Order: sequence, then structure tokens, then C-alpha cells
Amino acid sequence: MKVTFLDFEQSVSDLENKIEELRFVQDDSAVDISTEINQLQKKSQTLTKDIYAKLTPWQISQVSRHPQRPYTLDYIENLFEDFEELHGDRSYADDAAIVGGLARFNGQSVMVIGHQKGRDTKERQYRNFGMPRPEGYRKAMRLMRLAEKFGIPIMTFIDTPGAYPGVGAEERGQSEAIGKNLYVMAELRVPLICTIIGEGGSGGALAIAVGDTMLMLQYATYSVISPEGCASILWKSADKAPDAAETLGITATRLKALGLVDKIISEPLGGAHRNYPEMMQTLKKALQDSLKQVQSQTMEQMLQARFMRLMSYGKFKEVEV
Amino acid sequence: MSWFQKLLPPKIKRRESADIKKSVPDGLWHKCPSCQAVLYHADLEKNLSVCPKCNHHHRITARTRLDWLLDSEGRFEIGAEVLPVDTLKFKDSRKYSERLTAAKRDTGEDDALVVHQGSIHAVPVIVAAFEFSFMGGSMGSVVGERFVRGVQLAIEQKMPFICFAASGGARMQEGLLSLMQMAKTCAALTQLSEARLPFISVLTDPTMGGVSASFAFMGDVVVAEPNALIGFAGARVIQQTVRETLPEGFQRAEFLLEHGAIDMIVDRRQMRDQLTTLITLLSKQPAAVPLAA
Repeated sequence: MKVTFLDFEQSVSDLENKIEELRFVQDDSAVDISTEINQLQKKSQTLTKDIYAKLTPWQISQVSRHPQRPYTLDYIENLFEDFEELHGDRSYADDAAIVGGLARFNGQSVMVIGHQKGRDTKERQYRNFGMPRPEGYRKAMRLMRLAEKFGIPIMTFIDTPGAYPGVGAEERGQSEAIGKNLYVMAELRVPLICTIIGEGGSGGALAIAVGDTMLMLQYATYSVISPEGCASILWKSADKAPDAAETLGITATRLKALGLVDKIISEPLGGAHRNYPEMMQTLKKALQDSLKQVQSQTMEQMLQARFMRLMSYGKFKEVEV
Repeated sequence: MSWFQKLLPPKIKRRESADIKKSVPDGLWHKCPSCQAVLYHADLEKNLSVCPKCNHHHRITARTRLDWLLDSEGRFEIGAEVLPVDTLKFKDSRKYSERLTAAKRDTGEDDALVVHQGSIHAVPVIVAAFEFSFMGGSMGSVVGERFVRGVQLAIEQKMPFICFAASGGARMQEGLLSLMQMAKTCAALTQLSEARLPFISVLTDPTMGGVSASFAFMGDVVVAEPNALIGFAGARVIQQTVRETLPEGFQRAEFLLEHGAIDMIVDRRQMRDQLTTLITLLSKQPAAVPLAA
């Protein structure tokens, strides 16, 4: 797969093109230029390292939306065995923007639920760009209740621009569907491990992101509103998105500092899409550790800890009145 | 503008003009934005800010609502000690801290939620009311915390909890912390539910975004005021996405009732009686004896 480079990676892209050309030349030439290729490759790596060492929040948000970034189904395929996808909310439809089902994680039964984006135009449309409708949230809740019934831990993967803003979605109770999930996840009697893998878009993300452990990939974002949306409301111009990204504090490091994320999962050099196997391995290890940690608690300890964590959200001051 | 006023720095000028505005008494007459009828202000107030001609429910402040709803005796405020801070040092065209100061100056409130313990027709309740004029009633850390303290007191005192929502959604200026208030408020309600205490959610104009998509629809009974705008995504956003005209009455209380999203629409003038009946029925108490309002 040819890597798609982002605007700010132009210099890396140029280098990689050159390497590609040289490789082509090498194939039909008797002269050995492999040392040259190696050198250029090293240079490309250093350059990438330099660029990624000082990414702005806006650039990180570009990486989090990278079209080649691993999606939920990629993680399911690589981290789990025996995935049995389950469909539908039993009331209206099956929402392809959220996938879910039973699977085995290191041999143990788990319920996996996540937002799903599409790779090509056709699939993007089918997945509705990863923007769920009420049916998606209701399917997720149905699967969570099912997991609870059989005492099966839940792992969720968050990657959505947000809940779908549509007439039908409103008519069928988008608000209620999201609110209900928040309510149910607060009291669900099984371990819930949430990972922000890409774009954590507002209420549409939160609706499957309440749990015992919050993991976040290094270049994922999580925000109350998209930088573009925020910019167009507060600055009256979507061009100010980079400023909005900066001030909203949407990156893993900012959110960890605020205590909203437990652990940042490092990504391969240049982002998760540059090295799938490495990403899979790192995340698998983190999920394993988190699950073990949560499962070492009794049910009451776990629920109490989850509740206390939810109650601790927020920053304010207290005065005497 | 006189030469002297021109010399004053802009800040002082603004404050002065605000003072002048306030020194003029509120208009004796009020034009209903819905039917354009010109109403005598005192008549409108007597009618709980409902237009006597067209039934339009005007937006009212949180404290006015609590005054009209609760019995005058035995009331006290909950969570007033919780005040906002600018954790992110958020800045757009204006700093968040400045917006907070301005909102406080304009509304007299410290944040967008006021919670009271009191009674309706002598039935004890805890009531939270959103102040829409305070940054669009947006939910940040203070709103979430006051809501939770209200719910916790309801559990301690074994009282029902009522919330009057009026909000544009989550408060962007608090970033993800504001989104988390959605989860926090819902979590608190699970405990109220476990204690088998009623939560009545009243949706008033407008109830949108993160407030709509969290506790607002978690009421044991969900009530709305007539014609209140209620929804998740704003009409403008939907229109930009789907590029089609929105159906008549879209996201209005009547539309929601028709789609099965709410239990009932209650006229503000019947709110006290209706809420009392609902609460006494849910908690299996005999009917309340109405006191003189």
C-alpha cells in the first residue's frame, strides 16, 4: 500500500518518491546503489521523527483522520479471534457506522464494539463516514446488555466525527439514544475498556466511551466539538480550526494531564498507518494489561471506582457562601 | 456623542451605556415575538410570561422559574458554593474568563444552573433550573457539579428531583471537561434510580446538544413546555449536512410528542399542579392539597 502523506509531511513524501525512483532504477541496473537508498531511507526516518516530535494539535487531528489509519475492524481482525459480528438494534435498522460482536481476546470471551469508517467512496457512504444514527447506539447498548448478562467484558473502539446530524436521526431520538448509553454504561456490571483510536467526536464518541479504563492512541483526538465546528461558531470562520484545535485541548497529552485519559498508547513513527503490525502489538499489550487490572477488582470495587471517576470529572472552585 | 465621551476609553463607555439602559424602567409594554400582540408587562408576568393571546411561552430566568414553581416557604439553594474556573485558559475572539465575567454581570448568576430545595404544594422536591441567558445555558463543570449535588441531596433527603432544561449544549470553552458532564450527570441519576426516587425532566425552550443527549431524556417522566425547541443537532447543521428543507415544526415539543420522544406537553400555568400529581402518583402518596399559590 502506498502511503498517503499529509500536507505537513511534504518533505518526507518527496524523499520517499525519490527512494521509490531509485529502487526502480536499481532493478534494471548493474550498479549497486543500495547504500544510497539506505541513506535516503534513514534521512526520511529522521525527517519524520523531527516532524512528529513537534506536531501541532491541528496536525495531530489530521493524523487522527488519516485515510489509511487502522479502523475498528482492522483491530478486530488483528487482536481478536472468532469474531462473530452481531447486527441490528431490534427496533429499526442495523447501523453500519457502529460494528460489534462477540470475539476471543487471548482466548477469553469479550464483546467488541466500535465506530467504523470506510476506506473507499462506496464504503464510506455505506458506513456513513463513521457517523452513527440512533440505531447504532441502540445496537451498542443491546450488545452491552448481552455482554452483561453473560458476564463478558466489553472493549470499545472510538473513531467518529460525531453522531449523524440528520432529520431521521432526530425523529428517532438521537438524544435519547446517546443519553441512555451514558446512563447504562455508568452501571453496567462488566469491565468496560475504551480506546480512542482515531477521532473522538463529541457526544457521538462519548456514547460508547464511558468505562473503567480510558486508553488513547498517541495521535488520536477527543473533543467536545470538532476544531472546524468550534472555529465556525466562536471565530465565525472555519479557517481558524488550527487555533480552535490548540485551545480546545484535544490531544492525548492534554487530556491525560486533565485526568480524562488513563494511558497514552504510543504509535509507530509517522502514525499508526505507517506500521500496522507494530500498532496492533502495542495496543494488544495495553488492552491485556488494562483488562487484567480491571478484572483483579471485585464487582463492587469496579463499579465504585467507575462511579467515583465519573463524579470526579470537572474543574471548579469552591467558596464559602 | 459629545467630545468628552469620545475621549473616554471604550470600556468605560460601554459600562456607562449599560447603566443608562438599566436606569430606564423595563418597558411597560411588551410585544409578543410570536403573535406580535402588544401586551401590558404586568399582565404578561401575572400569566407566567405566557402570551394570553397566542399561548407563546416566553423564556424566563432560572430564578423566576423557581419563584413561580416552588412554595415561598422553606427554600434554600444548593451548590452556590461551586464556581467556574478557566482550566484550559480558553481563548477565541475573547477569553473564557472575560465571557464568564460578562455573563455574571448580565445575569447576576455565577453559572448556568440554579438548584433549590423546597416544595410544590407542600410536596418536598429538589429542583434544578437552567439559566439560558448565562452563556446559552451551556453545561460546563459547574453545571454538572451542581446537578450532581442536587441529585445527591435528593437521595439523602429521599426527595424527587426535577430539572428544567434550557441549554444550547455543552460549554465549548471547557473542552472535553464539558463533554464529560454528560456522563457525570447520567451516572448520578443511576443512583437516584436505585433509591427509587422519581426524576422528572422538563424540557423548555431550547434544550439542545449535550444537555439533550444526556440527562434530559433520562427522566422517569419527560415533560416539555409547548413549542419548546428540543433536539441533538441544530437545524442549521442538519440543513448543511442533508441539504433539504426541514419538516414543519421540526424539533418542536409537539413534533417530539408525535414521534414518541416525550411523555407530555404541559402548559407553564399548569406546571405546578401537573408535577405535583406526577410525583405523588410515582411515590404512591395521596393527592396533595393545593395551597394558595
